[in-house]
Amino acid sequence: MESEANNILEEVTQGDYKYGFVTDIETEYAPVGLSEDTIRYISTKKNEPGFMLEFRLKAYRHWLTMVQPKWAHLNIDPINFQEIIFYAAPKKKKELTSIDEVDPELLATFNKLGISLDEQKKLAGVAGVAVDAVIDSVSVKTTFSETLSKHGIIFCSFSEAVQNHPELVKQYMGSVVPYTDNYFAALNSAVFSDGSFCFIPKGVRCPMELSTYFRINAANTGQFERTLIVAEEGAYVSYMEGCTAPQRDENQLHAAIVEIIAMKDAEVKYSTVQNWYPGDKNGLGGIYNFVTKRGICKGNNSKISWTQVETGSSITWKYPSCILLGDHSVGEFYSVAVTNNYQQADTGTKMMHLGKNTRSTIISKGISAGKSNNSYRGLVRISKNAINSRNYSQCDSLLLGAKCGAHTWPYIQVDNKSSIVEHEATTSKISEDQLFYCQQRGISAESAIGLIVNGYAKEVLKQLPMEFAMEAQKLLSISLEGSVG
Amino acid sequence: MQTESKEPVTQKRFIDLFEKNRAFLSANDTPGLNVTRVKAMASFAKLGFPDTSMESWRLTSLEESFERGYDYHLQPMEEVDVQKVFRCNIPHLDTAVIGQLNGWYVSKDVPLMELGNGIIMGSLAEARKKYPQLIEKYFGTIADDTNDGFTALNTAFTQDGVFIYVPDNVKSPKPVQLINVIHHDENLFLQSRNLIIVGSNAMLSLVHCDDSYNHQASFSNVVTEVHLGEHGAMDHYKLQNLNNNSTLISSVFFRMAASASLDSHYLSLNGGLLRNNIRVLFNGPNGNASIYGLYLMDRKQHVDNNLFIDHAYPGCTSSETFKGILDEHARAIFNGHVLVRRDAAKTDARQSNKNILLTDTARVNSKPFLEIYNDDVKCSHGSTTGQLDQESMFYLRQRGIGEETARMLLMFAFADEIVARIAIPQLRQRIEDMVKKRLQGELQICEQCVLHCSTPEHPIEFQIDLGKI
Repeated sequence: MESEANNILEEVTQGDYKYGFVTDIETEYAPVGLSEDTIRYISTKKNEPGFMLEFRLKAYRHWLTMVQPKWAHLNIDPINFQEIIFYAAPKKKKELTSIDEVDPELLATFNKLGISLDEQKKLAGVAGVAVDAVIDSVSVKTTFSETLSKHGIIFCSFSEAVQNHPELVKQYMGSVVPYTDNYFAALNSAVFSDGSFCFIPKGVRCPMELSTYFRINAANTGQFERTLIVAEEGAYVSYMEGCTAPQRDENQLHAAIVEIIAMKDAEVKYSTVQNWYPGDKNGLGGIYNFVTKRGICKGNNSKISWTQVETGSSITWKYPSCILLGDHSVGEFYSVAVTNNYQQADTGTKMMHLGKNTRSTIISKGISAGKSNNSYRGLVRISKNAINSRNYSQCDSLLLGAKCGAHTWPYIQVDNKSSIVEHEATTSKISEDQLFYCQQRGISAESAIGLIVNGYAKEVLKQLPMEFAMEAQKLLSISLEGSVG
Repeated sequence: MQTESKEPVTQKRFIDLFEKNRAFLSANDTPGLNVTRVKAMASFAKLGFPDTSMESWRLTSLEESFERGYDYHLQPMEEVDVQKVFRCNIPHLDTAVIGQLNGWYVSKDVPLMELGNGIIMGSLAEARKKYPQLIEKYFGTIADDTNDGFTALNTAFTQDGVFIYVPDNVKSPKPVQLINVIHHDENLFLQSRNLIIVGSNAMLSLVHCDDSYNHQASFSNVVTEVHLGEHGAMDHYKLQNLNNNSTLISSVFFRMAASASLDSHYLSLNGGLLRNNIRVLFNGPNGNASIYGLYLMDRKQHVDNNLFIDHAYPGCTSSETFKGILDEHARAIFNGHVLVRRDAAKTDARQSNKNILLTDTARVNSKPFLEIYNDDVKCSHGSTTGQLDQESMFYLRQRGIGEETARMLLMFAFADEIVARIAIPQLRQRIEDMVKKRLQGELQICEQCVLHCSTPEHPIEFQIDLGKI
């Protein structure tokens, strides 16, 4: 039975990446390499106000003084920043006013990915999802902007926000992740090209899910986008992010920043299904996914919840974090990270408890297969003033196959007596008892593994919005093989 | 020539000291040992002392300790009245007590005891002269000096310490107690090196006490290597009861042959700055290592337990159970690292760290870290930090138990999970008393040797305060 299970696990590693196609779109590029000129080129191209260029240059100059961090449990081939194209945009003939004017190639691309940018179709459904579609360096289309603006919600590409709401951008950009934060955040701050911007005014509950879909298409480019979400007092928004990239032999760099600001009583739910191209079975190619995501619960009773399903990228380096500044604020982190073949993931979260009675929950489920390495790295810090705070963390790892690795590096720091911090973790393979139990009841070993893996990840998957949960479950099976799941 | 006066601890000072006294230090070395020594010094010259920029020393700063300045002695100080230092009766030396004063083996009359059953114990300096081959075979083989400056320094300066050899198939009839007392009128930097060899099917129970006798500052860098043979077993107790001005860097390396079994207990009751490096290497299949730790810290005491368990062979079991109660400004750090290598199938590894904070100024850092490269394993870790359980407290108060007594009772119960594991009944009783006294704030430094006090303390009972009902 064990050998049969092993065979299935072998097969599991044969799953193919289904989004590896390339679309032939006319694209314009910035000159290869990174210099102040590249930054000026991007800024000019985007017709940015002066403060943006200044911010970029400050970030770039700071970046020059930094070195790439080496502390993560990752083997990263050296990145030559002079060989990357930092800006690539599908050529557009004129300003878009309706969906009909979007390049049909692009529409077809997104349809192929299962993302419909056609509002009419969506409206027929009960609840729509507003999508901001980002291809390479720029946002190509944001749907439902008008419907949302009736509620006072601003949902647009970052470039549009810079043009139309510079005061908001100026106020919040870099306030959670300053450009000095880390190496890749500095790089992003210097060269970011687009991204999504979302502002929910006081007391508004966003009537639909907001979503950004990122797609890398052009070769030799890096994608550097930036997302900024501001929820004013009492506001609520659920935000989803998805991403794919073509299959290529070289590694491509994706260094993004996501900043969330939640004011008093506000709630932001951020869900990610990350499915960048993971490289082939021999570890060739794939995306380097180096992302800085952080939210701040600024006001009392605010809440930020991160949910992530990480299946793609050859290397993932990402720690969605919460700064719990307001009293009674809540931070949550739910994660399923799957690595296969030669993928490497070093992911987790930071919960910084600063306010009184703050609470946080961390549920992390790692699944390693093939020759991959999957690490959870997390920090829970209860500062001296965060009295009566509470944290519960659980980080489990599941190992499929004898050549993979699963690691947990939890850092716990407690500086007052009234707080309670609990952490537990287990690492094991799929239990032979469970497998036997299923098979004894006529479930094939293959389906049984799927069943067990899905059950294992259920706690996280159920946190996802419905539209995403379906995709995530599908992804989980694709990552692990054809029919598991 | 052989005494250095009070100077801050710097890398340069020790490099110079070594150069100046190279011939003296290596006078009794075999060629092999000398190579080890010189290599270690080169290593130290490269590594220096650790500082907070290193991940494993990030939370333990030695700066303050280093600046105090210490004497360093290259030979034992003038004869001291041993009876005066060990205030309790020290039984005749043919019993299982080994005394060390400031890191030097005490009795010069009988430097090495050879017992009828083949057990050898005594001074390492003497053993190096008498059994050079045996020493050369084991010395420095597991104390890795390539990435730890303190171990490298200790190896380079090795002079004396304790040597214990238990031959194959011999069970040590009674526990061996090793007491290292620090007693000096000046600040003292001391290093001692212990080598313990337990043969196949052999058994040793070792109680290793670090005590200080006055309030003078001291800095100890102690390295102990323990080799356990096939089916060998060891019951190991490390008691730390030092004054608040003392700094202790204790590194113990265990190498476990197939099916060897280790129970190790770290009981830290007092100490200024304690750093326990505990390294376990499974060098054969089916070994078992259980490491327990209890730390009760107050004032500005600092304890840093740094564990590394290397599962290099299949079928081994390890557990780390560390518990601590922190009062006032105390700080505790737990760093548990379990590595399961590619070939170590059927590994069962558990880590647990539980802390109670009694004040808002006490601090805890816990990092239970698992690194796993094999799928056929059972590994888990847990860490909790909090205060005394309010419901348990309520339960006790409701039954008429005074608040202070109830608190004591709960803290004692918390600590007892570790204390109850002590297999030597006398020692367990004694530690129970010490823990109770410690929790009541009565235990100061050194209560002298643990097993042989001629006037045992009165047992402490929890009085139910009827007057307050």
